[in-house]
Amino acid sequence: MPKVKIDGFEVEVPEGTTILNAARQIGGDIVPPAMCYYSTLKGSGGKCRTCLVKVTKGSEKDPRPMPKLVASCQTQIMDGMEVANITSDEVQNARKGVVEFLLLNHPLDCPICDQAGECHLQDLSFEHGMANTRYEFERRTFEKIDIGAYIKLHMTRCILCYRCVYTAQQLTPERVHGVVGRGDHAEISTFIEKAIDNEFSGNVIDVCPVGALTDRTFRFKSRVWFLNPMDAHRDCPTCSGKAVVWMYGHEIFRVTARKDQFGEVKDFICNTCRFETKKTSDWTVEGPRAIDRQSVIAQNHYTADVSTVR
Amino acid sequence: MNFWERIYLPAILKGMWITLKHFFRKKNTVNYPDVKRPFAPVWRGWHVLKRDDQGRERCTACGLCAVACPAEAITMTAAEREKGEEKLYREEKYAAVYEINMLRCIFCGLCEEACPKEAIFLTDRIVPSDYVRQSFVFGKDLLVEGTEPEKRIDVSKRQKHIQEKIWAAGGVTQ
Repeated sequence: MPKVKIDGFEVEVPEGTTILNAARQIGGDIVPPAMCYYSTLKGSGGKCRTCLVKVTKGSEKDPRPMPKLVASCQTQIMDGMEVANITSDEVQNARKGVVEFLLLNHPLDCPICDQAGECHLQDLSFEHGMANTRYEFERRTFEKIDIGAYIKLHMTRCILCYRCVYTAQQLTPERVHGVVGRGDHAEISTFIEKAIDNEFSGNVIDVCPVGALTDRTFRFKSRVWFLNPMDAHRDCPTCSGKAVVWMYGHEIFRVTARKDQFGEVKDFICNTCRFETKKTSDWTVEGPRAIDRQSVIAQNHYTADVSTVR
Repeated sequence: MNFWERIYLPAILKGMWITLKHFFRKKNTVNYPDVKRPFAPVWRGWHVLKRDDQGRERCTACGLCAVACPAEAITMTAAEREKGEEKLYREEKYAAVYEINMLRCIFCGLCEEACPKEAIFLTDRIVPSDYVRQSFVFGKDLLVEGTEPEKRIDVSKRQKHIQEKIWAAGGVTQ
């Protein structure tokens, strides 16, 4: 199997693996952030450019470095390849520029946005962004759209990662929403605001890295850091029934799919589980979900086993 | 004990003399509430929820004050602004219920530091005492300042420079 060195860490991965996935096998700080790539969605990636890395050595046979920074979610590894991510200033500067571009039209409405606290763009701009904007022109704004009874679309917040489009395409038999327009005019649209009424449509909320697609049944109900995420399951005829219930006391405020350490959902859940079963009696709660200590959701939460607390 | 100590008189006179001396000393106390001591510039008391220059509530119920609060004194419920309420609330979300438990509050000022909208400030007003615990849960009626200019509540000297920065930017913080 080909060997690849990322920021000095060597890893052996199968042929055809992308640099991003090889870095994820090593884990830790050297994993490039990704806003559009989603491992469970075919064809995703290559759009947001946040995962740019520098290839300092092309391969064992051809050791020349690649002339430009490459998108690590799309570039496949070669034997003996050497990649610099956090060790390269060029990459860090480029990423800073990418974040600035992503934030050009993104509104600063985190205090209002339901995604705040679990937003990937928030994390990314906290790490790489600038405190002030240099953009002087008017930002593009859109009216909020209700996509059906469950989903709200804030097009103003969208960063055009296409994840929801791929979700709709790959999870549901007929796609009813896509991207309309080009460049600055591109927007996610359902054509004449046609409601998505597929049983798995709610997953576009989970794949959205920003707050463009949000849960209408949870809209302004609480903030994510006041809720306790608990692993729970139920017998569901349409999906796996494995979900995370976000509880406040004994009340379930919202239900989401289980996200892994990279914020990606492996088991998509159906709309019945997500929007309609919010009674505590519907779910078998397995226990508190492990929260990253650095996350704001971990604030004022005790997730350690209570019996070990003295 | 000798004779002089046994009759106690010198000791009593000595004590009276000390008492008499205190009559002419400078007093350490003030006659509150007629006389009030000046506040230290860092004094933090009763919170205020500010309105902007157009009289709209600045608070958007983002919950950052509540998560920053080490005493967990702040609770809130958010609501969505309806059409026609644009003059009441600045943002599309607002706090329908905003409560601070003044018995829990330790007046540390972390909430005003956390506030992204410059909505909450700790002023130099003293929280009045009461006999009933429930009355210390201050709702929006006791926290939000009035719309009329005379009902506006000044923030303390400590925070003046923050406020002046907001006014210089035309009342917009973003």
